[in-house]
Amino acid sequence: MGFQKTRARVKLRRFALFASGQFGLLALTLLWLLPYAWMVLTSLKTLPEIVAAPTRLFPEQLQFGAYRSALAAMPLGRYLLNSTITALGIALLQLLLALPAAYALGKLRFRGRSLAFGLIVATLLVPAQLRFVPIFSLLAELGLTNTYSALILPFAVSALGSFLLRQALLSLPDSIIEAARLDGASEFAIVFRLLPPLLVPSLVSVFLFSFVYHWNDYFWPLVMTTDDRVRTLPLGVALLREQGTGARWHIVMAGNVLLSAPVLLVFAFAQRALLRAVAASTS
Amino acid sequence: MSGLRPASRWDPLWMLAPTLLLLAVFFFYPLLVAAKDSLYAWDLLTPPRYVGLDNYRSLLEDGSLYQSLKTTVGISVVVVAGALSLGLALALAANRPGLLAAWLRGSVFSAYVVSWVSVGLLWLWLLDADAGAVSRILRGLGWSQPGVLTHPNSAPVAIALVVVWKIAGYAMVVFLGGLQSIPKSVYEAAALDGASQFHRFRHVTLPLLAPSLAFVATTSLILSFQAFDVVRVMTQGGPVRSTTLFVYSVYERLFLDLQVGTASAEAVVFFFVLVLLTGLELWAFRKRERA
Repeated sequence: MGFQKTRARVKLRRFALFASGQFGLLALTLLWLLPYAWMVLTSLKTLPEIVAAPTRLFPEQLQFGAYRSALAAMPLGRYLLNSTITALGIALLQLLLALPAAYALGKLRFRGRSLAFGLIVATLLVPAQLRFVPIFSLLAELGLTNTYSALILPFAVSALGSFLLRQALLSLPDSIIEAARLDGASEFAIVFRLLPPLLVPSLVSVFLFSFVYHWNDYFWPLVMTTDDRVRTLPLGVALLREQGTGARWHIVMAGNVLLSAPVLLVFAFAQRALLRAVAASTS
Repeated sequence: MSGLRPASRWDPLWMLAPTLLLLAVFFFYPLLVAAKDSLYAWDLLTPPRYVGLDNYRSLLEDGSLYQSLKTTVGISVVVVAGALSLGLALALAANRPGLLAAWLRGSVFSAYVVSWVSVGLLWLWLLDADAGAVSRILRGLGWSQPGVLTHPNSAPVAIALVVVWKIAGYAMVVFLGGLQSIPKSVYEAAALDGASQFHRFRHVTLPLLAPSLAFVATTSLILSFQAFDVVRVMTQGGPVRSTTLFVYSVYERLFLDLQVGTASAEAVVFFFVLVLLTGLELWAFRKRERA
C-alpha cells in the first residue's frame, strides 16, 4: 500500500513538474508573441478603437482602413520595389564576388593569400556606421547620392560571405577541382559552373542572411537618400509615424505588418538556412 | 603553404581584384578620408579649413564625447547583462524536445530577424504614454510617471530593454549550441556524485558555458555600441540627450549641424573604441576555441 502511494505521489510530482515546465515555456513564448499579436490587432482597428480606454483586445469588426490609409500615405509599391532591388542586388552581387574570392583564398596557393584574407576579414571592423561620413561626401561629389548604386555598391563585398564560402570550400576535396582541370575546364568554369551546385547550402545561407539584413536596413538608405524614387520600405514605414499627429498608430502598425511580414515568412520557411548563417557568423 | 597551384599565375588576381578594389573604395579609403576630415573644419558648403586637432579638442572640452560615451556604456551594460541572463534562461528553457520548446525558440529568434525599425515602432506604440498597452498595464500597477520614454532616467533603460528583447534570441541560439555540446555523461557523473540540480548548473553547466558567455557578452557589447535605428525611431536621442548613443551623435553632427570635421573626429574615436572591443571579442573567441 505504502509503496503504491509513494509511486502515485512520484507520478503526480512528475506530472506537476512537467505541467509547470510547459506553462513556463508558454508564458515565455507569449512575451514575444503578444507584442506581434498586438501589432496585427492594432492594424485592424479604427482610431477611436485604439485610443479608447479600456481597450478591447479585438476589433469590433475586421477593418482594413488602416492598410488603405498606409497605402495612400506613401508610394508603397515604389518602396517595396526599391527594397527588393536593393536587397536582391546586394545579395546577388555579394555571391558573385565572394565565389571567386573564396575559391582563390580557399583552394589556390599564391603569394599574398593571407594578406588578402586578412584585409577582407578586417572589414568586419569597419561597420557602415563608421563609413558613412566619407562615403556620403564621396558620393555627393560624384553626384551618386539618391541612386541605387549608393545603396548597393558599398555593400557589394561581404566579409562574412567570403569567409563562409571559403570555409565550405576548405572541406571540399581538391581532387574534384583537379579532375575538372584534367577534363579541360577553365578556372572560370570551375568557379561559376562546377562549384555553385556543390555549395548550395552555404550559398543559400549567405544569400538569405544578406537579403534579410539589407531588407531590414534603415541606416544606410536614411543617410544616402532623400528621394522617394529610391527610398526603401523601412524608411517609408518609419516616416508614417513622423508624418502623423502621434495618435494614428493603427496606420503605423499596418505599415509595420507590411514591413515585417515578408521577413517573418522567409524566416518561417528557411529557419534552418538562416540559423546556419547566424551560427557561422559566431564561430 | 597548402592548396592547388593556380592554372595561371593571373588567376588569383582576377578572382580577388573586384573584391579588393571595392574594399579599397568603400572601406579603406573612407577610413583615411575620415582621419583627414577630422583635421578640418567643414560644413559641406564652404571650402574646408585646416584646424589641426581642434575638432578633437572641442569634442573633449565641450564634454560631448564624454556624454555620448557615458550614455553608450550605460545602455551597453544593461544590454549585455540582459542578453546574458535572458538568453541563458531562454536557452535552458528551450533546450528540450517538444512542440512548445520549438515554438519558443522560433518566436524568440524571430525578433532578431525582424528589422530594428519594426521592433522600434512596435515598442514605441506599446509604450505610448496615452494609449500604449504596456503603459496602461504599468499605470494599472501603480506607475505614476506619464511615459517611460519621456523621462531621461527611464528612457535609456527602456531603449536597452527593447534591444535586449530583440537580441535575446541570438544569445539563446549561441547558448543552445553551447549547451548541446556539453556531453550528457558529465551530467550523469555529477548526478551519481549526488549533485543537486542547482549544483549541476553552478558547477557543470556554467563553467562549460563560459566561452559562449564571453562570446555573447562581447558581441552584444559591440552591437550596442553600433546601435542607431532603435534610437532614431524611438527617441531621436532624447529626452535631454539621455539616449544620444555614439552613432546617433555622429549622425546628428553631420546632418543636423553640418559639422563634417567634428563628426569625422568622433567617428575616428569610435573606430578605435571598436578596435578595442573587437580585440576583446577575439580574445573571448580564442577562449571559446580552446574550450
